Amino acid sequence: MTIKRTDELLKENFRPGIDLEPLVQGSHDFHSITEMVCAVNERKTPKAWYVAFFAALCVLGLLGAMIAYLVYFGTGVWGLNNPVNWGFAIVNFVFWVGIGHAGTLISAVLFLFRQNWRTAINRWAEAMTIFAVMCAGLFPGIHVGRPWLAYWMFPIPNQMDLWPQFKSPLLWDVFAVSTYATVSFLFWYMGMIPDLATLRDRAKGFPRLMYGIFSMGWRGATRHWQSYERAYMILAALATPLVLSVHTIVSYDFAVSIVPGWHTTIFPPYFVAGAVFSGFGMVMTLLVPFRKMLQLEDLVTKRHLDNMCKIMLATGSIVGYAYCIELFIAWYSGSGFERGTFWLRATGQSAFAYWTMFLCNVITPQIFWFKKCRNSLPIMFVASIFVNIGMWFERYVIVLTLENDYLPSSWGKYTPTAIDILTLVGSFGLFFTFFLLFVRFLPIFAISEIKGIMPQADPHRDVKKGA
Amino acid sequence: MAEQPAKIYGTIGSFETPKELIHASEVLRDAGYTRFETFTPFPVHGIEKAMGLKDTKLPWIVLAMAIGGLIAGIGLQCFTNGIEMDWYLTGYRYLISGKSQTYIPTMVPVVFELTVLLSAFGAIFGMFALNKLPMFYHPTFKHKLFERVTDDRFFIAIEAMDTRYNSELAREILEKVGAEHIEELED
Repeated sequence: MTIKRTDELLKENFRPGIDLEPLVQGSHDFHSITEMVCAVNERKTPKAWYVAFFAALCVLGLLGAMIAYLVYFGTGVWGLNNPVNWGFAIVNFVFWVGIGHAGTLISAVLFLFRQNWRTAINRWAEAMTIFAVMCAGLFPGIHVGRPWLAYWMFPIPNQMDLWPQFKSPLLWDVFAVSTYATVSFLFWYMGMIPDLATLRDRAKGFPRLMYGIFSMGWRGATRHWQSYERAYMILAALATPLVLSVHTIVSYDFAVSIVPGWHTTIFPPYFVAGAVFSGFGMVMTLLVPFRKMLQLEDLVTKRHLDNMCKIMLATGSIVGYAYCIELFIAWYSGSGFERGTFWLRATGQSAFAYWTMFLCNVITPQIFWFKKCRNSLPIMFVASIFVNIGMWFERYVIVLTLENDYLPSSWGKYTPTAIDILTLVGSFGLFFTFFLLFVRFLPIFAISEIKGIMPQADPHRDVKKGA
Repeated sequence: MAEQPAKIYGTIGSFETPKELIHASEVLRDAGYTRFETFTPFPVHGIEKAMGLKDTKLPWIVLAMAIGGLIAGIGLQCFTNGIEMDWYLTGYRYLISGKSQTYIPTMVPVVFELTVLLSAFGAIFGMFALNKLPMFYHPTFKHKLFERVTDDRFFIAIEAMDTRYNSELAREILEKVGAEHIEELED
């Protein structure tokens, strides 16, 4: 018995207008999927990769220089001042952590909901999660002022008998983000083991040794798959509440304080929705050009992109709703300070940030009501960039609430310095350096999972039908 | 020294489709074989049943780790923020916003994160332990076509450990269910 190709099976069984578009387009069998995905790692390194990698390294170098400068001179080189004690560092932290959340959503939440289309983008999005969380973790580490004492955040026994203060949301953050980073990394690595074994079995020499070590001698035994699948399911079930808890706790950094505009119960759900929204924006920004460059359009089809646009529309609308409810509650609360805070956000000295946020996050996703926009790559790409910008400004607006506190005599103005801005730019260098290494050396699609959702994989299908 | 006769791992054959593999597993199971294994490029739906496998014990490992994480989270916070004693390692009584030192609501985030962290360790490292990974040598790797198990071939192996194992019979039954490239492998 030989295996049929997807287009043959399609001809026999596809009912146009009734069935969904197949998740694997073109004419494929198991072997051609392996060939297509492994080709990304096996073909000669393209010149464009070297150019991009060099650029990313330069930007990473910039980040290194900015951090060295900061450590030498202290946080005075940033634009922090007395009412605004938190500046770019916390904005960037929340921004990067939020981006990471889409990866976990795709790999865990969509898995629990049996959304098969996730197989084409989950590896990719999980990698993005890990590199984004690395960037996020950097900022709290350097913003403590004396980064060489950052380990004091962890409960390590010491000669002073001093311990972290466990009633502080900032400490909850330490636990939440480090757990999130660890679990995401393990989930990503475990998912990659069968695909690393595929690369091992195709490679020669040194790469074979390396892939061999990291694939741990995987041989696809059914008893192994049994525990593996169960572990995968359990991790998905653990990662789902974890991802919600992480951004909830990040929002506690603000919501547990008594600053007007921060002390609200809507923050946790609003932050989580915003995180998923921004993360999908970033996945889209990366996926649209890379699927073309790596010739993987058969795997990441229009249907995948269409689904992602719909998720962006849903989460973007939740974010827009949260913005409106915030305004309503500020008015409804009857508190002069709450009302004043939102009035100043929209009309005060940083109003440009508020309106950038509002336009990018509330208006942009609404275009995805139209199928034309969900099917157009350029529109999607541009919209995703706007979402990234808008979501960065959302956190900027929230942090800048500090400009106008309860005491008008202490109101001030925050202006970022060049160091602030270059550190933010540099964090993209960190992200893209790792991302390019990932694209070059690791299986960027979950090969075994894609094979598992192909029609040929279903043992109950009658392979002889129509033959 | 006289050369020892080589130990036999078992007889292995391959298929092109998951359907044939499931059929072969059912035949072996019904013939009374218990020590046989299948190898596939992706998890094939329904094959555990065809092979007559028991469910994995992994969830119990995870549960044990989760309870450990829960206790560790509560213990850590109660000890470090609520206990002072004359001992070389002691906690420090923090009085924060007038809340008691064993105030449950503020403990929830850290307890939750530690529970999830240890459960995840349980799931992943438990999976490695149950599967005996990493294992860099395995007799099946000697089969000339086995490299394609991670690509597009489906394999079945009757292990010599099985009490019913007999070289010729194993080859015969694999031939009967339509396996190709049948080989007997040394351990």
